[in-house]
Amino acid sequence: MSQQHIVKSFDADLQELRRAIAEMGGIAEKMLDDSIVALARRDPDLAHKVINLDVRLDDLQREIEENGILTIARRQPMAVDLREIISAIRIAGDLERIGDLAKNIAKRVLVIAANIQLPRAIVGLQHMAELVEQQLKDVLDAYTQNDLTAALEVWKRDDGIDALYTSLFRELLTYMMEDPRNITSCTHLLFCAKNIERIGDHTTNVAETIHYWVTGTQLKGERPKGDNTNVSVEVEN
Amino acid sequence: MSMVSVSDRPAELDLSKVPIRLDVKNLDFYYGQHKALKDVNLSFYDRQVTALIGPSGCGKSTLLRIFNRIYSLYPEQRATGEVILDGANILDPSIDLNELRARIGMVFQKPTPFPMSIYENIAFGVRLYEKVSRADLDQRVESALRRAALWDEVKDKLRQSGMGLSGGQQQRLCIARTIAQQPEIILFDEPTSALDPISTGKVEDLLEQLRSDFTIVIVTHNMQQAARISQRTAFMYLGELIEIGPTQSIFLNPTKKQTQDYVTGRFG
Repeated sequence: MSQQHIVKSFDADLQELRRAIAEMGGIAEKMLDDSIVALARRDPDLAHKVINLDVRLDDLQREIEENGILTIARRQPMAVDLREIISAIRIAGDLERIGDLAKNIAKRVLVIAANIQLPRAIVGLQHMAELVEQQLKDVLDAYTQNDLTAALEVWKRDDGIDALYTSLFRELLTYMMEDPRNITSCTHLLFCAKNIERIGDHTTNVAETIHYWVTGTQLKGERPKGDNTNVSVEVEN
Repeated sequence: MSMVSVSDRPAELDLSKVPIRLDVKNLDFYYGQHKALKDVNLSFYDRQVTALIGPSGCGKSTLLRIFNRIYSLYPEQRATGEVILDGANILDPSIDLNELRARIGMVFQKPTPFPMSIYENIAFGVRLYEKVSRADLDQRVESALRRAALWDEVKDKLRQSGMGLSGGQQQRLCIARTIAQQPEIILFDEPTSALDPISTGKVEDLLEQLRSDFTIVIVTHNMQQAARISQRTAFMYLGELIEIGPTQSIFLNPTKKQTQDYVTGRFG
């Protein structure tokens, strides 16, 4: 919405919400990226940095929620403005969860850092993380540019990440069966993979929220799904 | 993967099953040389609250005043087109204005009680149109006051002047006076803009109850009020009807950019 409100301070309120979302997005991206680097390098210092960043993300989420509620109370927004504020609150929730999941990966780095050998699966995990990082970047760009097409692209791509998670799941199971000494590290990696997959789900949520903000309608229909781990267990047995 | 699809707009009331109470067709209105309404077409449905919104001077009050022909008082004002009530065009000069105004009641922005007792404020209008017995009149007054949610506050002082009531009570008295004549349609011209929030709440509550018996058209500058109390909302600008639709759509997701700019406070 380019045209300004008659009440200029309302524009300032919305601008502040957008700024805070952009800051959250930047932090969430950094946390995800650093947590994967920390995992690959088994770098506890970097992992600690990721864990510490989460505090700021939580603060920002609370700030967005409070400011959003205040703006609703003060301005009684209508139509696209109301949808924008509700969307900001929702997106802040998703970004906060993304931060939590990245933090969880960082915590696992601290546990498995001592392991000399990490299985080759780390490569697949890095690849999956790259895809999710791209998704997160694209969806945040779609948010700042109000770009519905870009948001829908993100929404459609989520099944690729799910498919990758399924294959990673099988790979890790194979390593564990090959050598029981791998079980601890592989289990942690499995959780890391699951976290990354969930971060992908949250980016899809953000894409859906952008759709609601821009169009005023909810995206309907089955989400693209490529996660088949629930049947993979049967296959492996 | 399933195709991307979007949900439909909010479920709309199936208007094909609701009778039209008042049908406006190709309506133009002139204040002398000034054309205040331009080819307005819209329908008011039976027992629905329709809100008219728009910036000052957009023609919403003008439209409301056409429906009970108040403009006929002023020779330089004229309307062309049709406003159909029960098959008859109410703009027709041969229409009986007293009968029309009994069928289409109006409540104004400022409470306008007559300088007489609370009882007489209501009885006066009833006697004007009908011959009723004393007992029936008492009953009509009580029923109107009850339906206007005023009875409990005034039942012990019916003989006191209506002017002694508070602003909110006076407005409900005016609503009671309108109801007592058993109109089909009630027009409200910013009925709460002179009232405090509590009185406003009471009047809004009342409008919600009146909807079961009357077709209501309300002009309001308070968009939240329109969103709360109406089923349909019409947005007008510079004498034209820009958009009409279910209230939910107008306030959550309007179709026209002008509507969006107005409801979000971007109009300038």
